[in-house]
Amino acid sequence: MNDELLIGVLALQGDVEENIKAATYALEEMNQKGKVISVRYPDEIMKIDGLIIPGGESTVMGLLIAIKNGLLDSINKVLQNRLPIMGTCAGMIVLAKQSYDRVVGNKKQLLLGALDVEIERNSFGRQYDSFESNLEISGIGNDFRGIFIRAPSVISAGPQVQILSKFDGKIVAVQQENIIGTSFHPELSGDNRMHKLFIELIAKWKKANNQ
Amino acid sequence: MTISQVGAYPLSKGIKISTVDGKQTTSGTALLKRGFAHMQKHGVIMDVTNVEQAQIAEDAGAVAVMVLDKLPFDVRHAGGVARTASVKVIQAVLDSVSIPIMAKCRIGHSSEASILEEIGVDMIDESEVLSPADEIRHIWKWNYTTPFVNGAKNLGEALRRIEEGAAMIRTKGEPGTGDVSHAVAHIRMVNNEIRKLKGIYDNNDDQELIKISREIQSSLEIVKETGRLGRLPVVNFAAGGISTPADAALLMNLGCDGIFVGSGIFKAEDPLERAKAVVIATTYHDDPKTVLDAQKMIDEKKSMLGLDTKNLDLRMQERGPTI
Repeated sequence: MNDELLIGVLALQGDVEENIKAATYALEEMNQKGKVISVRYPDEIMKIDGLIIPGGESTVMGLLIAIKNGLLDSINKVLQNRLPIMGTCAGMIVLAKQSYDRVVGNKKQLLLGALDVEIERNSFGRQYDSFESNLEISGIGNDFRGIFIRAPSVISAGPQVQILSKFDGKIVAVQQENIIGTSFHPELSGDNRMHKLFIELIAKWKKANNQ
Repeated sequence: MTISQVGAYPLSKGIKISTVDGKQTTSGTALLKRGFAHMQKHGVIMDVTNVEQAQIAEDAGAVAVMVLDKLPFDVRHAGGVARTASVKVIQAVLDSVSIPIMAKCRIGHSSEASILEEIGVDMIDESEVLSPADEIRHIWKWNYTTPFVNGAKNLGEALRRIEEGAAMIRTKGEPGTGDVSHAVAHIRMVNNEIRKLKGIYDNNDDQELIKISREIQSSLEIVKETGRLGRLPVVNFAAGGISTPADAALLMNLGCDGIFVGSGIFKAEDPLERAKAVVIATTYHDDPKTVLDAQKMIDEKKSMLGLDTKNLDLRMQERGPTI
């Protein structure tokens, strides 16, 4: 059995390279064999063991997913296979069932609908209000540096969704089976524990799928 | 850390500390400012002058919009003094699109910048497209919580702007002309200077690094960090004269992190299709087939005619303080 993990970062727009670095460091720290690559094409999506949807603008990523032939189909297919997926900030929005903007309201945008949550975009305000603060995250600890950049929050979550972290009464990290979503940017904090948590999911999924 | 902290002023005026729910939160740090710029990567930022254009840009997949009073092409034709956009227009755009909103202020005009910060724009462009308000100094951008982007045509300019607090750099190019050659020249210049610097850094030649730092009038610390990284310590976008998907792909292939399009979209006769096409070509810049698909979406007969940059009355890239 091949125990090497192949992790893809969706490279349409946003902080792709930062997620590649964070996941690569996480693999090293875990002594886990594996590789992190950027993915933009359907055949690349089909061969990976886990997918990270990075930070950036969710409207732009949605448009680019819809425009490229076969890309949406391939992502829906791996979602059916319960492939582990992590979305940070914009990535979490793209994974969600519903979203609206705090100021502008409903915007027509493509959502994958895999994460049973409703998202408020720009939930903490505009860039002036972007902030850093220590977070308490289940399974990680109470000292994770949360980097919130025009961050969204989870307004409501379905029964399958586990809440991993809250800040100022708002839900900022969730997990639903193999899907993790965060309002903040774990790839920017220089702390790879969130990426490690995700890689553990990938390793488990791969083991179960190879049997 | 995946983002360089070089030159950050930990006690700058722009940093705001407060307590939420018994926890300390910090705003306006170099990480949050540079991090915001990192979220724009591989994206296209489009110049707009009103709400209608901002909505077209958002629907076409712009990663942010830049609000200004006149497009650079029209600034050239109007002549006179170009200032920051109307507060009313900026406010209307803030209320109508969900993507980040940037606006331009004049070089050195710290008061226009404060107004833009108060209105709530997400990033301020201290821009040579507007008439400079100070010929000696740029704005000291560490005083602001809102991040700044500045233009640069060589490595020295880029590093000096970063030392003043810019969280993002763009090439100056020659705005409003539809001529991409100046943007190409500027990114080439920066790339070549960095390549040389990296070689010297890798050889541990400190004496040469000090010499370069003196020549380009930037601190040794930031010169060393740039040599270590082999790239600018902040995100670097292309700007000035980009008009077609092929232009965007050209500049991305030269190593730019993303694209600003000014007059190129809304001075063309097919803005929505063209904006979408530029977005696709930016993401798939290294894939000739997809760039061709994007280029097929536009009609060259509808591109802005452009200006001959050899006979310009106004060279915007030469404006503002020399240091």
